Amino acid sequence: MSTPTPSAGVIHDIGYRHYSGERRGRRYIRRSLYADSLRGAYGLGRSARNKITPAILFAVMCLPAAVMVAITAATNGSELVGEYTSYVLNLQMVVLIYVAAQAPALVSRDLRFGVMSLYFSRPLERVDYVVAKYLAMASAVFVLTMAPLTIMFVGALIVGLPISDQVPDYLRAAGGAGLLSLILGGIALVIAGITPRRGLAVAAIIAVLLVLSGVQAVLQGIAQAEGYDGAVYFSLLSPFTLVQGIQSSLLGGSSPLPEPPGVTGALAFLGVAVLLIAVSFAALQWRYRRVAAK
Amino acid sequence: MLIVTEGLTKRFGQVTAVSDLTVSIDTGVVGLIGANGAGKSTLIKMLLGLLPATDGSATVLDLDVATAGTEIRERVGYMPEHDCLPPDVSATDFVVHMARMSGLPATAARERTADILRHVGLYEERYRPIGGYSTGMRQRVKLGQALVHDPQLVFLDEPTNGLDPAGRDDMLGLIARINSDFGISVLVTSHLLGELERVCDHIVVIDAGRLLRATSTADVTAVSEVVIVEVDEPADPLAALLEAAGLTVRVVGRLLEVELRDDSAYDIVRDTVVKAGLGLIRMERRRHRMAEIFETAGSPG
Repeated sequence: MSTPTPSAGVIHDIGYRHYSGERRGRRYIRRSLYADSLRGAYGLGRSARNKITPAILFAVMCLPAAVMVAITAATNGSELVGEYTSYVLNLQMVVLIYVAAQAPALVSRDLRFGVMSLYFSRPLERVDYVVAKYLAMASAVFVLTMAPLTIMFVGALIVGLPISDQVPDYLRAAGGAGLLSLILGGIALVIAGITPRRGLAVAAIIAVLLVLSGVQAVLQGIAQAEGYDGAVYFSLLSPFTLVQGIQSSLLGGSSPLPEPPGVTGALAFLGVAVLLIAVSFAALQWRYRRVAAK
Repeated sequence: MLIVTEGLTKRFGQVTAVSDLTVSIDTGVVGLIGANGAGKSTLIKMLLGLLPATDGSATVLDLDVATAGTEIRERVGYMPEHDCLPPDVSATDFVVHMARMSGLPATAARERTADILRHVGLYEERYRPIGGYSTGMRQRVKLGQALVHDPQLVFLDEPTNGLDPAGRDDMLGLIARINSDFGISVLVTSHLLGELERVCDHIVVIDAGRLLRATSTADVTAVSEVVIVEVDEPADPLAALLEAAGLTVRVVGRLLEVELRDDSAYDIVRDTVVKAGLGLIRMERRRHRMAEIFETAGSPG
């Protein structure tokens, strides 16, 4: 580095220096792209305007958890107010808006401003880009959903509730949050990857997820009112209820939704989840093959 | 040899973008000239190993573009023609990110970014979001990201596009420095014939994907067998006098182009001007202009 003189602040030109240090391979590049994208999903390293939305949503997501801990402390209750295992389901609108707002920030931006041509001119491959962005988006959702659960967990311990009562449901909820992150991240990135226009992508993601949630809730409600046995399978329609079903049937814990019946039901739910993730990944790969060919 | 192509061909369906291109390019600054749509950008993408050739082969830095794309892209920098900068990050953050995308560890990426942005002429503004930059500053960021990993060769696709004359001069000066001071070879494209004369050692001209001419700039702009004569009065009377003295003369506006059979032509011009009582303003050997490549070259050579 050049040293500016204190008085004038002149920068001395010391000429061009070649770089003889280490050049790392694709694994390092993929990890760096993942890290920078995850930071970008919360507006870190971006201009101030890009920090507002994720910060507000993060706060809204955590606020109820903090309130629950506060109530528990104030009432000296022997149990935590509120359930780990249904927290994310109850706040699904916040998660939905977050993925709709931030998935385009991860991929539409690169398409819109032509940054892809710079990525492709570097030693990373198309699949590295897709994997890094997918994992970054899923991790961002995981951070959003785990933060309030962790506030509840830590709060419960501080209030003095026995740890053995907290751990099982906390871990069940964490498993559900992880699966939900992969599914939501995949769906949101596929939609965002179609269009370079951010506003359009945001609207499209909200529309798709809202319609799925709405249709799921209405149909399941009607089916339950009619006493139809298969009502539980309407949970497959929305990522949130799908994950809730898998969480309650495979991991246990209380759930406000009907539970998938037996092994068949659990496998059906799990199968749909795995299929969604696989199809999302394949669709992203297909989409970026076309981007690269341009 | 920096770049060698053998019968390189790229077809998109019915359209042939690059046709049977065989050319060898040595280190230095090489100008790739052709009209818009002549196949320059397609050729660069093939040389980066991003587009597979329909036919033929090519090596960059002795690496085969068909099999060693990743290795080539580690050693080569690329500045695209179109806009490629996100507006929501600062130049520093963006170039650091692109340095990491070339495999540089975080600390090295930051150091190289500070260095290279200074070299391309971005100072305090590098901490502000790119969205507020002028075209000239954007071009500097694009150049910076192409150089940040210290490549051996850099592809610059139309780097002077959209710049005003002063910005164009700055950019051409930078390009010359990349080679002379940084020791990095440059392949630079342009659709403007004139502007690359100053900075290029070699010129490759393509048209409709075919090679028109590959030559050194010195050859193209060498002195021709024509003397330009300018006098302080209308040129036509003098032209008649010179023709009477046995020279072949063409009137071009206020100037006369006199063919140079041997050195005696200089004496004849001088004597004729003196006899006619005219003031001689200028008499010089004309240089070839690059535009003549298109006027004379119909076949590769």
